[in-house]
Amino acid sequence: MTVHNIYIFDKQGSLLFYQEWNRLKNSGMTREEEAKLMYGMLFSLKSFVNKISPLDTKEGFLYYKTSKYTLHYLETPSGLKFVLNTDNHSQGVRDLLHQIYKEIFVEYVVKNPLCSLNEPIQSELFKTKLDAYIKQSSVYLTKSM
Amino acid sequence: MVIYGIYIVSKSGGLIFNYDHTLPKIESEKRFSYPLDIKLSYENKKVSVEFGQREGLHVGHVLYAVNGVPVTGRQLDDGREVSEVIENKENYPLTLKFGRPKMTTNEKIFLASMFYPLFAIASQLSPEPKSSGIEVLEADTFKLHCFQTLTGVKVMIIVDKTQIGTEVLLKKVYELYADYALKNPFYSLEMPIRCELFDTNLKSMLEQVDKNGIASI
Repeated sequence: MTVHNIYIFDKQGSLLFYQEWNRLKNSGMTREEEAKLMYGMLFSLKSFVNKISPLDTKEGFLYYKTSKYTLHYLETPSGLKFVLNTDNHSQGVRDLLHQIYKEIFVEYVVKNPLCSLNEPIQSELFKTKLDAYIKQSSVYLTKSM
Repeated sequence: MVIYGIYIVSKSGGLIFNYDHTLPKIESEKRFSYPLDIKLSYENKKVSVEFGQREGLHVGHVLYAVNGVPVTGRQLDDGREVSEVIENKENYPLTLKFGRPKMTTNEKIFLASMFYPLFAIASQLSPEPKSSGIEVLEADTFKLHCFQTLTGVKVMIIVDKTQIGTEVLLKKVYELYADYALKNPFYSLEMPIRCELFDTNLKSMLEQVDKNGIASI
């Protein structure tokens, strides 16, 4: 089990934060371009899911899985989007995303008066806390190659 | 265990087959008094609920009928405008019927071609090398399984979240496609599948799954 990378977007779609742990392949474009592509895909997925759903949706899109990785998605009612890529065997990633929002984002970004909410997160404290949080979680276990 | 629908998308992203197996009908009829405590808006040629979600009534639901008279676009079938009827105090109490919008064929084609880039981007943004596109997509109400064949045709099945063994079903649908659509001399590739044998075999397979479960096929 392993965690690949995390993206945090605000409600306008700009990338607030990106960090990677075990990323083996780069998309071959700059970070900004990649973030735009990712946000565009999520936006389309959201509308796709709402339209194709046979029943009324509440949370909508939760995750998708390919042959190599799983992308987990959490959107808060305020429009913040948390995207975490893990391998296919990870369990309870949704709870982890909730915890990251509640215990790391709110504590070290929202409660930090020097962090502006619409700009990329510069706070070193947030970065180290997030890193530590991911690394001690059960989802993060470096794959033995 | 419910199978909601099956879509087959050609290599170039066009919808070549669609079958709705069990589509739940979500409709509600309620009496409203003046003033209306929900906000309606006119969008995409439909009058839909914008605000005021409650039991049985969801944001995005479309107005189907007013006092039993069906609504087409923004007009009632007797020629009156919906907005005029709703704004006039003398018409109350009103019985309004709302429901989840049904997808038209055009919308289905649109959605099928929308899945194509999503599938491609998912593999491009992969953090691991040599990833496929989306295989399983889960939302809170359904699960979508997608199987891409070597020739690029995608078979998609939309099922209930509790359904298991959908992979077997996907392969089976592909087998039926190979047997009854591709071997039909009147079927041309990339064109919508209109083969009776394919339809009947698919339907009987789905009925069997409904009755005896996936293990029976």
